[in-house]
Amino acid sequence: MKPTVIIEYGAGNVFSVAMAVERLGGLAVCTDDAAVVRRAERVILPGVGQAAAAMRRLRARGLDELIPRLEVPVLGICLGMQLMCEHTEEGDTPGLGIFPARVELFRGVPKVPHTGWNALREVRPPLFRGVDEGARVYFTHSYRVPACEWAAALCDYGGFFSAALGRENFWGCQFHPEKSAEVGEQIIRNFLNM
Amino acid sequence: MALARRIIPCLDVKGGRTVKGTRFRGLRDCGGIAELSARYALQGADELVFLDIAASGEKRGTRTEWVEEVARNIAIPFTVGGGVASERDVERLLRSGADKISVNTAALRDPSLVTRLAEAFGRQCVVVAIDARPRGGRWEVYGRGGSLPAGRELFAWASEAEERGAGEILFTSIGHDGTGRGFAVEAVARLTGSLRIPVIASGGAGRLDDFHEVFARGGADAALAAGVFHSGRLSIPEVKAFLRERNIVVR
Repeated sequence: MKPTVIIEYGAGNVFSVAMAVERLGGLAVCTDDAAVVRRAERVILPGVGQAAAAMRRLRARGLDELIPRLEVPVLGICLGMQLMCEHTEEGDTPGLGIFPARVELFRGVPKVPHTGWNALREVRPPLFRGVDEGARVYFTHSYRVPACEWAAALCDYGGFFSAALGRENFWGCQFHPEKSAEVGEQIIRNFLNM
Repeated sequence: MALARRIIPCLDVKGGRTVKGTRFRGLRDCGGIAELSARYALQGADELVFLDIAASGEKRGTRTEWVEEVARNIAIPFTVGGGVASERDVERLLRSGADKISVNTAALRDPSLVTRLAEAFGRQCVVVAIDARPRGGRWEVYGRGGSLPAGRELFAWASEAEERGAGEILFTSIGHDGTGRGFAVEAVARLTGSLRIPVIASGGAGRLDDFHEVFARGGADAALAAGVFHSGRLSIPEVKAFLRERNIVVR
């Protein structure tokens, strides 16, 4: 089996994502080397810290040019998914433009960050194959993508937002599948089978 | 359906083992870190908190070997605290697989640490842990594992921490800790009523009703407990079933 390349572009929880892939029998390689990413069979862009700083790090490694051109399955997690959008309000940062969506701060909700286990709605295959409507996954974020036509799942926190996005070979999860127990494992398994 | 209230077992870590005291004293061994965390994850714990209780007192950062071991084996989020005092400490812990870190004593000494960590790593991974007990008519905050009065008041410090970028407050009532006589519900309610970030209530869980109280009356976003789960007096599925019957949303 060819490895899944996990893009490591600064401090962050890359290790847990790698472990989640390996628990499912996959092989994970963590790197920020564009040459390795270009040859990957599957790529995960995890969530790391603050948006503007994260984009700067992607740019410094030429990954901002490379990622949108990848033809293999790509999964962004949390901030990783947000960076795959057109723009994020966090630090007024332009993103990779893969998903035609804008990331906005949660407004009018009792508590920010949205932290904890919330229910998935309108889940769509193939990413959510075998995942029940209402299954709970772990979120922790202050910014969110509004519900849109690219949503592969929705979640309700003071109104519906995109819990996941999908467009061609690109996927994104606002929640952390690697931290979402059995439900998250199923989602990662689905991604590894793409 | 709403965001689920979280049940969080807490593992106090010392010398690679889990321990538990009463009112922060009299430690007993409770088992290996990896075994206990795997068991709780399997039972439906929503999250785990690890506090390296030796770290702050001995003025050294938390060691990370066991953090990697935990990240390797469980697929739920976990927080690591105890002796966390710098960006470097945090970077090391996050790289080892921790999802969040908690700061306590170091943030009391230098509150700007909270801001720096939030800016560097995102506020969602910065938990400010506050240990407090009533003293002279107010809730006095203590550092160094509950041994050193910090000259700060609970509610003021919690608000300041929020302003500085804390993503969550973990409030432990020292007087309730390990007693099993219920949470400090009034103080929890005052915190949840005044903050706009999630509050984890800690200290005093003993009976099923205690969990219901801290959510229903205290408005806590999460309840943390140690002894009551380590001893097997209550199990996580039992607590969740009890809450579900009383219309508290749980996973």
